Amino acid sequence: MERADVQHQDDAALLAVRGLNKRFGNVVACHDINFELRRGEILGIVGESGSGKTTLLRCMAGQIDPDAGQVVFNSRRHGVKDIFALSEQDRRRISREEWGYVHQNPRDGLRMRVSGGANVAEPLMMNGQRHYGQMRELTLEWFEKVELDIARIDNKPRTFSGGMQQRLQIARNLIHSPSLVFMDEPTGGLDVSVQARLLDLMRLLVRDMGLAAIIVTHDIAVARLLADRLMVMKSGEVVEHGLTDQVLDDPQHGYTQLLVSSVLQI
Amino acid sequence: MSTQNQPVGFNEAMSNGDPVIVVEQLAKTFLLHNLNGSVVPVFTGVNLAVHPGECVVLSGASGVGKSTMLRAIYGNYIPSSGSVQVRHDDGLVDITHAPPHLVLDVRRRSMGYVSQFLRVIPRIPTLDLVMEPLLENGVDPAEARERAEAMLADLNLPRTLWSLPPATFSGGEQQRVNIARVMVRDYPVLLLDEPTASLDAANRQTVIKLMNRARAAGTAMIGIFHDEAVRDGVATRLFDVTQFKMAA
Repeated sequence: MERADVQHQDDAALLAVRGLNKRFGNVVACHDINFELRRGEILGIVGESGSGKTTLLRCMAGQIDPDAGQVVFNSRRHGVKDIFALSEQDRRRISREEWGYVHQNPRDGLRMRVSGGANVAEPLMMNGQRHYGQMRELTLEWFEKVELDIARIDNKPRTFSGGMQQRLQIARNLIHSPSLVFMDEPTGGLDVSVQARLLDLMRLLVRDMGLAAIIVTHDIAVARLLADRLMVMKSGEVVEHGLTDQVLDDPQHGYTQLLVSSVLQI
Repeated sequence: MSTQNQPVGFNEAMSNGDPVIVVEQLAKTFLLHNLNGSVVPVFTGVNLAVHPGECVVLSGASGVGKSTMLRAIYGNYIPSSGSVQVRHDDGLVDITHAPPHLVLDVRRRSMGYVSQFLRVIPRIPTLDLVMEPLLENGVDPAEARERAEAMLADLNLPRTLWSLPPATFSGGEQQRVNIARVMVRDYPVLLLDEPTASLDAANRQTVIKLMNRARAAGTAMIGIFHDEAVRDGVATRLFDVTQFKMAA
């Protein structure tokens, strides 16, 4: 498998977070977070609301400045750099060219006033692609990949269902071949029936593209099916971190034990 | 793996090969924080080496820690102490201390695990589920389909079920999908936790045949089988877990 090969060839981490801290006033959102992510790896971050998951994700994506610590990214353009040591302009460029960011609510990640097709094609345009025919071709290809009806390409996103909007958002975030995708509760607002297909789609895309992903979720079942590794957060701290099945089947920390034993069985 | 058609006898394999699984001083104790910090000791001081072509069957009464030991060997449970080395490419990898990506790579290419229960993403057709481990290892889709179909046919899963997700299948059918997903790959190391528990006699025989075929090709296996007929049909050696039991 390509993923394994890539891992063998390239031992360097794609992303390394070191000593990251963030507080909002007296509230500690992230305390001394350290970890590395390799190409092709999917990291899940779980924990209850307010545990600091989304803040951590937004710090890593350069959307908010941490109080301390580094987010070192292996950029195609800049090499291995702490993103906060780069200029705002360079950081935005990395975000545009090499990352994707999938929001929980597709409305936050889509432009509701332009067509579905334009939403998917826009990242190409923002990265300097000017050849209309090529853009259209790639957009059609991505409509197919995420199983959207090509006949709907000129419709506005608000005429799409929630599940379709989320697939549109995923296409928009992957079309420019990023090496890293951040996802904040990507299946959060969806019907369970739509969730399953979306999970499978994301898993296949990640496998085929060999990209790395960081997925914040409070849904442990989603984490189990998607993530290679799991980080458990509580009150801004990582209390446990390891292989997903290890963390869920043999949790070591009291909080993780509580979390895992609280999941409803069907 | 280059044994071609010549069946490798168990003794011959043993004399030729280095062990592919080496368990040393393995111990496991659970600590349950939310139950007043209860300590549940399971086993301690386990040493075991398994060679290519061997099938070691873990024995002992229920609750003695057989499944826990198997899960610790797979890296699913974190042992309290000791090591588990598994042959991966040309070397041995200590599952208990290897970084996550390496453990995953060992599981992807070297060590398969058949659990008692099928756990998959819902709504995926059975055939796709069985093809998946092959696709993950870079097998061409056409070949993956062919091998997956052959495996499902070997396991007597009716062809009409192949295009359906396994959620509505009977226990025995789900178990065969579970076996197919693992056995479709030729892992050099296989761990099996009661793979035949809900199968009828005919299907049990089929699974025994598959296991012996893999063993003849050099696969090393550690398994748990409560059914005596199955145990007698596959085991080259029994390993009694009772002797390592820790007093609570």
